[in-house]
Amino acid sequence: MTTTTASAPAGQRILHALGGIAKARETGILVALVLVVIAATARNPNFLFSTDGFRDLLLTPSILLLVAVGQAIVIITRNVDLSVGSTLGLTAYLTGRLFIDVPGIPIILVFLIGLLFGGFLGLINGALIAFAKVPALVITLGTLYIYRGINVWWTGSDRINASDMPKDFLALGTKTILYIPVLTIIAVVVLIAAGWYLRNQRPGRELYAIGSDPAAANLYGLKVTQRVLVAFVVCGALAGLAGVLYSARYGTVNSQAGSGFELEAVGAAVIGGVAIFGGSGTVWGAAIGAYLLFTINRALPILGVQDFWQRAVVGVLIIGAIVLDRLLALRQTRKLTEARDNDND
Amino acid sequence: MTISHHAAGHAALELRDVSKSFGAVVALSSGSLRLENNSIHALIGENGAGKSTIVKIIAGLYQRDSGEFLLDGQSTDFTSTAQSKAAGIAVIYQEPTLFPDLSVTENIFMGRQPTRSLGRIDRRLMREEAVGLFRRLGVRIDPDRPTLGLSIADQQIIEIAKAISLDARVLVMDEPTAALSGVEVERLFAVARSLRDEGRALMFISHRFDEVFDLCDTVTVMRDGEYIATSPIAETTVDELVRRMVGRDVTNLFPKEVAPLGDDVLVVTNLSQPGVFHDVDFTVRAGEIVALAGLVGAGRSEIARAIFGVDPYSTGTVSISGTRVPRRNPGASMQLGLALVPEDRRKQGLVLESSVARNTTMAIQRTLSRFGLLFSSKENEAARQWASRLEVKTSALDTEVGTLSGGNQQKVVLAKWLATKPSVLIIDEPTRGIDVGTKAEVHRLLSELAGTGLAILMISSELPEVLGMADRVLVVREGRITASLARADATAESVMLAATQSAPATKEAVR
Repeated sequence: MTTTTASAPAGQRILHALGGIAKARETGILVALVLVVIAATARNPNFLFSTDGFRDLLLTPSILLLVAVGQAIVIITRNVDLSVGSTLGLTAYLTGRLFIDVPGIPIILVFLIGLLFGGFLGLINGALIAFAKVPALVITLGTLYIYRGINVWWTGSDRINASDMPKDFLALGTKTILYIPVLTIIAVVVLIAAGWYLRNQRPGRELYAIGSDPAAANLYGLKVTQRVLVAFVVCGALAGLAGVLYSARYGTVNSQAGSGFELEAVGAAVIGGVAIFGGSGTVWGAAIGAYLLFTINRALPILGVQDFWQRAVVGVLIIGAIVLDRLLALRQTRKLTEARDNDND
Repeated sequence: MTISHHAAGHAALELRDVSKSFGAVVALSSGSLRLENNSIHALIGENGAGKSTIVKIIAGLYQRDSGEFLLDGQSTDFTSTAQSKAAGIAVIYQEPTLFPDLSVTENIFMGRQPTRSLGRIDRRLMREEAVGLFRRLGVRIDPDRPTLGLSIADQQIIEIAKAISLDARVLVMDEPTAALSGVEVERLFAVARSLRDEGRALMFISHRFDEVFDLCDTVTVMRDGEYIATSPIAETTVDELVRRMVGRDVTNLFPKEVAPLGDDVLVVTNLSQPGVFHDVDFTVRAGEIVALAGLVGAGRSEIARAIFGVDPYSTGTVSISGTRVPRRNPGASMQLGLALVPEDRRKQGLVLESSVARNTTMAIQRTLSRFGLLFSSKENEAARQWASRLEVKTSALDTEVGTLSGGNQQKVVLAKWLATKPSVLIIDEPTRGIDVGTKAEVHRLLSELAGTGLAILMISSELPEVLGMADRVLVVREGRITASLARADATAESVMLAATQSAPATKEAVR
């Protein structure tokens, strides 16, 4: 059996694919990002055309990207994880402690422990939500404070300094391969893996189904509890990985590391077109959203926007993204309803 | 594709004396059912008879407390919906359970998509199979579009496509026709018959007898959680079934009394909203019941919502007793004496988590409140009056509305609006999903209300209801009133003709 897609000439198929890209929700946000970069570069060419400028452009948002990818996965299931900032902070401190308390510990082991520890914190979130049937917003708001509290209790007024960590590890934070920062490479590899999994694997698609209509997913016989649990574990693990990279990148870790990251991660996902009520959006969008958020923050001073307005611009961006989504959804509903009317004629 | 993997003599699915309780509430005391291959079996009974409980036990959503559950003669226990599905049972619930954000194709194959190496989903194969399924069902649905915005009829077709792709041996349909119009029901039945002829066992729940007699081979009646009787459809009659269902004779299903007609109360002139309805022009007199008939999706509910002011209209006027009703202002409409009982009472008419009293008085809160505060005593007083007049069966006024049966919920919605003392009542599908006994009660109530001089505009997809209740029938097709029939002229044929006028056969064939 041949379908229209299969039998269509290659040219038409490419046009079709291009049309799909033009219509994708992620395209708009990517265009916005490019415009911001162009505007900032026009004002100050060093923004893009200097080694440091180019590196920072890629490097700065990489850690948020990891957290935003995790957050997007959770939001797609119609949940939210507000504890990721605290998870990141706690893991970052753990990373420093490992280097201090276990001299000579292999860096790869530290990464592994960071992932596992973050995943464990995510598991606590997921288990409480899945089995206690309490909304994720409430549970993770609680663990946001609990994880941060543990961090404060553990760290006290202490802090990890760059001198406490091995040079090789710190170098990871700024090192580049072919002008691309290692941190960015790690983040993009995770992004590709997550994007591929969500699109091409059954459990990935089920996450969308669960977020689209949890009740229907139950009737359908999908493993809702298990999938949501795993989503939280992955989200926590990615926040943990981000924590390890955070300490490599910044060198100093105090008890407040990563606070506020949860909101930026949610913001990045929402700006990137991940519907806050679940069921639609991609990690690609969330990743571009993360880049847009941080790049705008860096570009605004160059463009001469006062400090005071910079936070407001982020707010406008988030609200704008939600309004845009709403409008697009309304338009689509109307279009689909009209199509139905026409079908009936 | 034929189903031949069953031993002769065994029923495809059999329940014997199955019971299920929730705490002190017995939902099912002794349910028995025998579904044969190659046959369509009807399960009928009033609301609360235990039909849904049986469906949920078969689906693996509930576990029975006692009794036997046999599949192909083998004792079976399902602890999840996934197990039931794996055993070849597909259940189509009353409300389609689809994922609105995902494509039609993904909805059909979710959880069991065809895969290639590395577990990659084979999208092309999946799409081809979906196209094949729709071709086989003889319907035209774009497999790539999201299910958001599909008509309920199309959503049900997708549920059926799902069931077929599962190669289900047993297909259970819980009131699949509740939201469908005549032509759509025919399409569904054609599909059901062809599935039966392939050797599958089907179960069909419906409140509409004509459908049961049209489609089914055998019928089982339940009452109050108990099995009453099973008989071949050819050897029974509607009267007999009704008697078994209610345990008594229902002498008059539609007791419409002739009420003296007064002046024009609701006058609608040239109401139009592009793309939705056009040149809608009619009046309803005091004491009159006017029915808006037509297919689902013809624009009847939209007209009602526009008159009430929930939806916009671009041109035309609405007036009540000579006073112009402002557009898009439900509050003003209510003050002018207009009341709207919406179609979807669970979503639009009731706050399910609130008490009967709170729901009943919701529309008159403003007049009940003292200094902006509501007092339960006053609320209960006002609610009691209406609850007792409408015979809402509930032990207490503080019962959560969500726990009441469909019929009683409908009465609470009615009570809520009648408490505003309207002069015009618009009621959308007054008896959808309500059992026979309560249906008659709702009809008696509407008839009584008309007798007191209320002007009633009733939207209904059930022809017997339209013909039995209405003094005048307005038929809507594609947003226009295509016929206005007096009670004496309205017949099933004349209404259906006006509703489908433009060559119905060819129109459906292309879908």
